[in-house]
Amino acid sequence: MVILEMEKISQEFGGLRAVDGVNLQINEKEIFGVIGPNGAGKTTLFNIITGIYIPIEGNLIFKGQKINRKAPCDIARLGIGRTFQNIRLFNKLSVLDNVRVGCHGVTRSGFWSGMLGLSGNRKEEKLIRERSMELLAMVGLADKLDEYADNLSYGEQRRLEIARALALEPALLLLDEPGAGMNPLEKEELMGLIYQIRDERQLTIILVEHDMNLVMNICERIAVLNYGRKIAEGTPNEVKNNEKVIQSYLGVGA
Amino acid sequence: MDAFLAQNIDAYYLRIMIFIGINIILALGLNLITGVTGQLSMGHAGFMSIGAYTSAILSLQFGSPFFVAILGGALVAAFFGFLIGIPTLRLDGDYLAMVTIGFAEIIRVFFLNFEPGGKAVGLSGIPQHTTFVTVWIIVIVVIILNRQLLYSRVGRSLYAIRENEIAAESCGINTTRMKVLAFTVGSLLGGLGGGLYAHYMYYINPQDFGFMKSIEILNMVVLGGMGSIPGTIVGVVILTLAPEVLRIVAQYRLLFYGALLVILMIFRPNGLLGDVRIYDLKKRWGKKGEKTWSS
Repeated sequence: MVILEMEKISQEFGGLRAVDGVNLQINEKEIFGVIGPNGAGKTTLFNIITGIYIPIEGNLIFKGQKINRKAPCDIARLGIGRTFQNIRLFNKLSVLDNVRVGCHGVTRSGFWSGMLGLSGNRKEEKLIRERSMELLAMVGLADKLDEYADNLSYGEQRRLEIARALALEPALLLLDEPGAGMNPLEKEELMGLIYQIRDERQLTIILVEHDMNLVMNICERIAVLNYGRKIAEGTPNEVKNNEKVIQSYLGVGA
Repeated sequence: MDAFLAQNIDAYYLRIMIFIGINIILALGLNLITGVTGQLSMGHAGFMSIGAYTSAILSLQFGSPFFVAILGGALVAAFFGFLIGIPTLRLDGDYLAMVTIGFAEIIRVFFLNFEPGGKAVGLSGIPQHTTFVTVWIIVIVVIILNRQLLYSRVGRSLYAIRENEIAAESCGINTTRMKVLAFTVGSLLGGLGGGLYAHYMYYINPQDFGFMKSIEILNMVVLGGMGSIPGTIVGVVILTLAPEVLRIVAQYRLLFYGALLVILMIFRPNGLLGDVRIYDLKKRWGKKGEKTWSS
């Protein structure tokens, strides 16, 4: 079943077509890769999906619902979680609080019940805490609960971002270069983590990544962007042997 | 209780304690806006004056009971905070600072020409209902509610907006709504402080609530530590006491006051308690940290 559909999505920045008529269909529970040279429009595509940019053309349909005019917070609440290429954690909040904030979209407690400490609020807080701890244990940060997020190592910060995105209980998870800045061992673990997330939580993952080893290993289907256009789509093997992709991105002999 | 205090404590000290209490309420309001949510507001005195004038007029013209007057002032200030928050909170940083300065000036000039407020002469003869006990009861309630709020889901989302707005949005936080909420509650506290101030001073005039007053409150928040309740309280105590203690250097008072700010900001750029957590202290002294919340 298709969970996310993009129809002729286009985006312009001052006359520059950053994304140009991209059509994509992402199936449920699939790990989908988006690759392409720098400036090809991969992150712009993510920003369009999450509502940070409103596309000038085209339709974005998530679970049968049109979402290309919704505010980012509403899109998040519908179940699209994401991480960022240039890590965006809440630096001066603790690791635990970062994940607790992530639960915001799926919890209800409001101003009064929080301020007055009503019983509904206390129950919810307990739940939030349990869930956050569970997620932190999953990404291997259970022993760093009280650390400030910006005291974590680079790899740990990337994993914390994933935990925060998962706290939203998304149906679709967008990972923007999750392996950037990780050493080979950490990348190994990351692959395991991505599989584990997909299998345990039954969610769909789209990832942007430059590490071909990681992408080719983990993704079931891949789309290749160049200058905002989709130049190829298919299984890793099909993409690897595509003439256009080799020319524009992978390079001869890759 | 108040009579007992008045008999046993020097009126001068009592007066300073009352000012500390009022300033704590004002500064906690601004802390919510600027310290916690990270929206630089430089017009807090504007909300203070709305609260002061509204409550004074309620007392003088309508003979309202003290608590009705105070509450009325706070609510009107909150309403204006809400009204101004909606369009301006789409701006951030320097732009928001400019707009809030402008807004506070508009209010000051409005009261300069406001007939029921006595124009430039101001209002006098406001009953002095604000006492040590009333102020400090309100302070304690405000601190407790403020603390509860900051530790709740809504409070965390306010910190998240300060730390990274785009990421907060991606967590499902409606950042505009939350910012307006913070601004409204902050203004409410500003108005509350203003009402208490008016009912302590007998007399108010528009010049009491000028730009320097806004800066003074902002100083307290920044000095003590942005986003931290204990920090804000420490900042208030230091900056309320400083002019009094510095009386010994007579006319050089403001010079020392300025130097104090400069020195503190060089050595503690995040404010005195801005980045101090019990967790870090425990870690430092060799004990395993317990769960604490940031700030």
